[in-house]
Amino acid sequence: MIPAQSDLARTARLKWWEPLFWLAVFAAPALWPGQAPIINETAIWALFAISLDLVLGYAGIVSLGHAAFFGLGAYTAALFARHLSPDPHLGLLVAMGASALLGLLASLTVLRGTDLTRLMVTLGLALILLELANKLDWLTGGTDGIQGLTIAPVLGRFEFGIDGQVASYFSLTLLLLFFLLARVIVNSPFGGTLKAIRDNRLRAMAIGIPVHARLIAIYTVAAAIAGAAGAAFTLTSGYVSMEALSFDRSADVMLMVVIGGVGWLYGGVIGAVVFQVIRDVLSQITPQYWMFWIGLFLVVLVLVGRDRLFKPWTWFKRGAGGKA
Amino acid sequence: MSDIVLSCQGLVKRFGGIVATHNVSLDLRRGARHALIGPNGAGKTTLINLLTGVLEPTEGRITLNGEDISRLAPHQRVRRGLVRTFQINQLFASMTPLQTLALVVSEQRGLGARWWRSLAADAGVAERAQQLLAQFHLAEVADQKTEHLAYGKRRLLEIAIALACEPRVLLLDEPVAGVPAGEREELLQTVAALPADVSVLLIEHDMDLVFSFA
Repeated sequence: MIPAQSDLARTARLKWWEPLFWLAVFAAPALWPGQAPIINETAIWALFAISLDLVLGYAGIVSLGHAAFFGLGAYTAALFARHLSPDPHLGLLVAMGASALLGLLASLTVLRGTDLTRLMVTLGLALILLELANKLDWLTGGTDGIQGLTIAPVLGRFEFGIDGQVASYFSLTLLLLFFLLARVIVNSPFGGTLKAIRDNRLRAMAIGIPVHARLIAIYTVAAAIAGAAGAAFTLTSGYVSMEALSFDRSADVMLMVVIGGVGWLYGGVIGAVVFQVIRDVLSQITPQYWMFWIGLFLVVLVLVGRDRLFKPWTWFKRGAGGKA
Repeated sequence: MSDIVLSCQGLVKRFGGIVATHNVSLDLRRGARHALIGPNGAGKTTLINLLTGVLEPTEGRITLNGEDISRLAPHQRVRRGLVRTFQINQLFASMTPLQTLALVVSEQRGLGARWWRSLAADAGVAERAQQLLAQFHLAEVADQKTEHLAYGKRRLLEIAIALACEPRVLLLDEPVAGVPAGEREELLQTVAALPADVSVLLIEHDMDLVFSFA
């Protein structure tokens, strides 16, 4: 291996804390059995956040309608379970396929244009799906959603129980698998070309990168991952409602990615955990105004900057070596 | 005829009522070193944008090695060997020079769509990137983020990226603009040292520089 190769490999290398991080994550449902349902929920959010980070953080496409892919996955999994088969593995794959197909079609609308047009187009897409879910009530159950689904045991053995243990391990396993996949992608030449497009689209074209093809590819993959998150939501809870497609969901996942840090896969995971903890703690202290505190936190985070906020020792060192 | 690599006939570009490029025709032979001179605002950069596909011509056609490339996308022209540099640096701010060059070399070698292996996996790519870093005196800053590099180094990286694309025809848009006098010579020597069969079109408004080159 020549020196340049090991230099290039450095950013992709496994850090010492990563195995510990995942061990802790997987130990959590066993250590706090009572929290298993919320761990499951957080894992699903984290998976969804990774999907958004792939398009937002790595390819630089802003999206305010990412719930479209989550919701389509969730509804597809529900319809599949109700009408075709209770098998969760097949349901997951079919849901991912449906979301990927929607992602492929939707990608054509975000190839051109500015951030603002992309925000509007993605927002519009999610609203259209939300309205379809509302109006096609013979299929989607309308505002009632689809409830009381029977889901077969995972791997033919592990039944989704009321305690949420199986559910949390199901979602955590999906999270780990897709995290590893995303990690391979962002460290590959393909992932590098996405960052190049994000940093400087003009130059990316000028070095021979087929910008449209690459954006279509990552948008489709990210949509499939969002679909997996949606399917996990349906499969572990046994129901789906219009909330899966709501604007709040798109906005929350973007908050998580921003809180955790864009363009850093752990950002989505950490953002999801932080968001859930803040929501949990705040809504106990002040059930009516917790949104206010989250909003305040976000404003401070963005104004002060993540680096400075979480490194208090740099607060009083203006210009002394660090960036002022 | 076969000796002419890049050629354009009757190239016209209008922006509304303004004619930026009026009926330009040129032939560039294999290995030729030409310069295109003109004051600022003469339409030199517009011509480059037309040739490389950033802009679509209002009229006229462009051929590369006899093939009509007038309607090809920019990246398709690059793959056929038509490469440019930019008057104003166009770099990838969040990447290091090493990552940038490794990426460009990967794309040039057709590995850009590979998602399942690391950028570091291909020894040939890393070797070529390292070679370019050394050639352009970027080795000592190879692991710094591009946004933190000094201007002179960024300018070198700008040119290095173009060479990493293995051009057959290289369009240099004011390559030494803003480069300190001491480093100019070096940069021009690097360009002069390109393989003899690479054609170079230098866009410049500094006459002295042009005569030292073409």
